[in-house]
Amino acid sequence: MAKITFITQDDETITLEADSGSVMELATENNIKGIDGDCGGVCSCATCHVHVEPSFFDKVGEASEIEKDMLELDDNVTEYSRLVCQIEISQELDGVVLHVAK
Amino acid sequence: MTEESTKNQVCVIIGASHAGVNCAFALRKEGWAGEITLLDADPALPYHRPPLSKAYLSGDDEIEKHRLKGADSYQKEEITLHLGVRATAINRSDKTVILHDGRVLSYHKLVLATGAGPLIPSIPGIDTAPNLYPLRTLADTNDIREALQRSSPKRVVIIGGGYIGLETAASLKKLGATVTVLEMEERVLARVTAPEMSEFFQDLHAERGVQVLTNKAVTAIQSEKGTTTVVCADESRYEADLVVIGCGIRVNTELAEQAGLQIENGIRVDATARTSDDDIYAIGDCTFHHNPHYDRFIRLESVQNAVDQAKVAAAAICGKETTYDSIPWFWSDQYDVKLQMVGLSTGYDQTVVRKEESENTKFSVWYFKGDTLLAVDAVNNAKAYVLGTKFIKDDKKIDRAKLGDPSVDFKPGNLLA
Repeated sequence: MAKITFITQDDETITLEADSGSVMELATENNIKGIDGDCGGVCSCATCHVHVEPSFFDKVGEASEIEKDMLELDDNVTEYSRLVCQIEISQELDGVVLHVAK
Repeated sequence: MTEESTKNQVCVIIGASHAGVNCAFALRKEGWAGEITLLDADPALPYHRPPLSKAYLSGDDEIEKHRLKGADSYQKEEITLHLGVRATAINRSDKTVILHDGRVLSYHKLVLATGAGPLIPSIPGIDTAPNLYPLRTLADTNDIREALQRSSPKRVVIIGGGYIGLETAASLKKLGATVTVLEMEERVLARVTAPEMSEFFQDLHAERGVQVLTNKAVTAIQSEKGTTTVVCADESRYEADLVVIGCGIRVNTELAEQAGLQIENGIRVDATARTSDDDIYAIGDCTFHHNPHYDRFIRLESVQNAVDQAKVAAAAICGKETTYDSIPWFWSDQYDVKLQMVGLSTGYDQTVVRKEESENTKFSVWYFKGDTLLAVDAVNNAKAYVLGTKFIKDDKKIDRAKLGDPSVDFKPGNLLA
């Protein structure tokens, strides 16, 4: 089981556990505010944008080309931006902290 | 409206797909403190519809992977779900909804998220053909998957070369079917894209071994001794073990119509998603609404519109000032090709096709009317999609020569007129 912590725009901290699926599925299943996942996880809507807490960025890894393209003109993009529909849950992710982007 | 003032009120939402579910959750977010009742005739816990013709159809996923929200989320937000329940009438004078089992629900605010159903064309034999399905609900997709598993020749005929038809073709091909798509028009996706896009998708399917035939008007479906034959106007005949109907939709307006609400190519709503009754809102595929950017009334079949109107209606119901003002966007996944679309191309008089250097399956079609960029279709090119979105939103004038020149770097500043 990997523990994943979300910090929402309202500064709510929610820690969830899972061992498979995408981080977006985990977040929408648990109604994490600000992660909508409108397109269902096919990297078409950019409504599951987070900023990975920098100290965990190596664990989570770089955004793929399509994620970078989708976020390129987003006002809130940072070097730690990811779309969580593109992050598969594994033990590797245990402990990561994700800040839900605006 | 304060939270206190909604405390003893009831909001009933008819339809629990993208629009209805998002509206229920958005109501809580906007401070609705009263009851929320969400109902749908579909017995399944609300799910994403787009994967039904894509990942869910072609893969081994359980539907749980594609749920809109987890079961607990409804409980936590105190949203009462009534699934497998059909609303049969709305009584506006005493503000009630009548259910098929005779139950009566009272409402203070009512939201119609009734969506659309598949259009089944009136073709002789279509009612009695075995293994013939539309594709709109989870049950439809499960039926299609099972019918394909039962059949060993796996011959599939798909009537209609729109997005549903083509996505279904790609998914069933992946499952080992022999697929023929019959399109009535002279090209696939004729209603929604430029000829360049139709040609690309026609070629893509041909390369993958799907037979896509155009100018094929189906005139009869004959079923004999377990074999179904689809017959066209040109007397060509196609045998099928499974027939999928992808002929578009009909809007579910019956409830609204019977209640005397204004109907015009869908349920007519204002900029806050309110119908001609002050206490009844309508959202999603079933609405005929004004799009400020294109300055005309439209009806849209899309997740984007469902979700955005849901949020607008929820805010309006909670007394917040809000208006619907979205640029429509859509997507389609076929094989490994990702199509992303933004804007409405209707009325375009010119297109610019931009093919990226070195990669022949990465291109975009830009639709213009005069100087105005109306819409962009981007194939395997998210960059074109986001640039197009920004240009359309900001009403930017584009240098079309630079746009069409792939050696000009794809950056906003390089492409402006």
